[in-house]
Amino acid sequence: MSGSASDNTVQPASFAFTAENLAKAKAAIAKYPPGRQRSAVMPILDIAQRQEGWLPLAAMNAVAEMLDLAPIRVYEVATFYTMFQLKPVGKVHMQVCTNLPCMLRGSDEIVETCKRELGVGLGETTADGKFTLSEVECLGACVNAPVIWIGDDYYEDLDADSTRKIIAQLKAGEMPNAGSQTGRKGAAPIGGPTTLKTIAGGEA
Amino acid sequence: MLSDKDRIFTNLYGLHDFRLKGAQARGDWSGTKELLAKGRDWIIEEMKTSGLRGRGGAGFPTGLKWSFMPKEVGTRPHYLVVNADEGEPGTCKDRDIMRYDPHKLVEGCLLAGFAMSAHAAYIYIRGEFIREAENLQVAIDEARAAGLIGKDACGSGWEFEVYVHRGGGAYICGEETALIQSLEGKKGQPRLKPPFPAGVGLYGCPTTVNNVESIAVAPTILRRGGAWFSGLGRPKNSGTKVFCISGHVEQPCNVEEEMGIPLKELIEKHAGGVRGGWDNLLGIIPGGSSVPVLTKDICDTVLMDFDSLRDVRSGLGTAAVIVMDKSTDIVRAITRLSKFYKHESCGQCTPCREGTGWMWRVMERMCTGKASIEEIDQLDDVTRQVEGHTICALGDAAAWPIQGLIRSFRPELERRIREARANARAA
Repeated sequence: MSGSASDNTVQPASFAFTAENLAKAKAAIAKYPPGRQRSAVMPILDIAQRQEGWLPLAAMNAVAEMLDLAPIRVYEVATFYTMFQLKPVGKVHMQVCTNLPCMLRGSDEIVETCKRELGVGLGETTADGKFTLSEVECLGACVNAPVIWIGDDYYEDLDADSTRKIIAQLKAGEMPNAGSQTGRKGAAPIGGPTTLKTIAGGEA
Repeated sequence: MLSDKDRIFTNLYGLHDFRLKGAQARGDWSGTKELLAKGRDWIIEEMKTSGLRGRGGAGFPTGLKWSFMPKEVGTRPHYLVVNADEGEPGTCKDRDIMRYDPHKLVEGCLLAGFAMSAHAAYIYIRGEFIREAENLQVAIDEARAAGLIGKDACGSGWEFEVYVHRGGGAYICGEETALIQSLEGKKGQPRLKPPFPAGVGLYGCPTTVNNVESIAVAPTILRRGGAWFSGLGRPKNSGTKVFCISGHVEQPCNVEEEMGIPLKELIEKHAGGVRGGWDNLLGIIPGGSSVPVLTKDICDTVLMDFDSLRDVRSGLGTAAVIVMDKSTDIVRAITRLSKFYKHESCGQCTPCREGTGWMWRVMERMCTGKASIEEIDQLDDVTRQVEGHTICALGDAAAWPIQGLIRSFRPELERRIREARANARAA
């Protein structure tokens, strides 16, 4: 479970969805049967978090009101799921997987590289507020280990060099190419597939 | 070796178009209306004939599971829920099905949903799979626009909708009742069974929860016939399976192979072999982090299916093969898994909430040898007090890797303890 909303986090006094995000929230509610709007709590918290960069208390309260829920019902969801950030995080949140398949492929070195390049430890944010470095549990991309999750993308098949390059690009305000850093396609073996060589059907 | 003509996931590597046109070129959505016209009972019988066992880990027969749904729809609607909360360490197959072959899943939802009289399917996808959810949504929107799902799915007269629901980063939501709780907008804490979801599931309604791969193989099984699928693999362990091979191999990869393929052949044929050669192998976790590690002598000959792996006191699980060569610190490896289960325990049942933390802390000491020899048995004893004493299987999943370590690598644990003592005395 993620941490509490207390400590010295400065909570904004109010929160309001942008018109566009309000429409997205309503569309999220419409996915569920009438009277089951509570199901939309996670999708709508996610919309709020994307808008603010993190999830302030005021946003949780607004979501509670929108879904006609007691605020505690929203807090308990927000604190249960690790993807909800109850404290501000850097604009770039680098979440390094260190679970076993990544560990076997060198995630220790990836973590060390990130720490060194960013000058912060795990769970910390750089002084300029730009980068947050976190350890994350299995991201489910194990044959492309080691993996870092940044924004909406995975960066896969990493080594120290490619990790340094990615960080340099991010520092320069560029978006590095997501996916495998060795250039292989998906989870095919390096050097090309051993199967499906006879399959045609739709150009990629 | 399985031939390409018997492979279901023909775009496993994303070499082709994942969209409707590409999917149709590969045979998806062909004759779906005719399959629906054969009726519910035919679909369920055909799935039973195929011998398909659930691909999420437990291996429960899929056709049988579908047959547990009430025959008649009462006042409560029926639901199909697809478990796409893939997060068992080592496992990354559903991800590639959803980003590269999403139409197989959408078509499978329709056929499975129809067979259980459901008008809606919810696909619960782990929150981190943002791009995968995008591709899946593209496929759903395309299918709806083409009339393949919607008010009159494939012109069958059956109304069917598919919705994507993104999770929030909690491994426990891969447990089917926790997933249902989460889908209802609550904390993902497992429910007591019974009642089973087929009676009381999503919103208190009859519900079947199936893994992505189980649903995505259904259209091909129905098109080619259950007998085709059951003709592959071994009795009670039939069909094809997507294996994820990670860790210390030359070429980590996903590959679809026949059930029952020898583990050694799987690794040497598709993953380029163990790093440094087969003799450099220390051990393999054959089915995702929850199943016990196998030592090399077992890996030499074991077959990759449910019953063969059960016979060697491990399991096929999700068929996520984690390979460890002799450079691996096996105690640290299992300790990392203990840390994972401690992190992911939902906190509901005391044996798991307290036990996962306790086991992890002892494992941390085992890593450095700062323990006593007697504590090995004590640790084993505690795993057995957690195992089977919790609402869901997370407690078991936390216990089994440690039990496997003690069973197979006890001399290594003892060596570390003796060495640490000798060092302490010398200092």
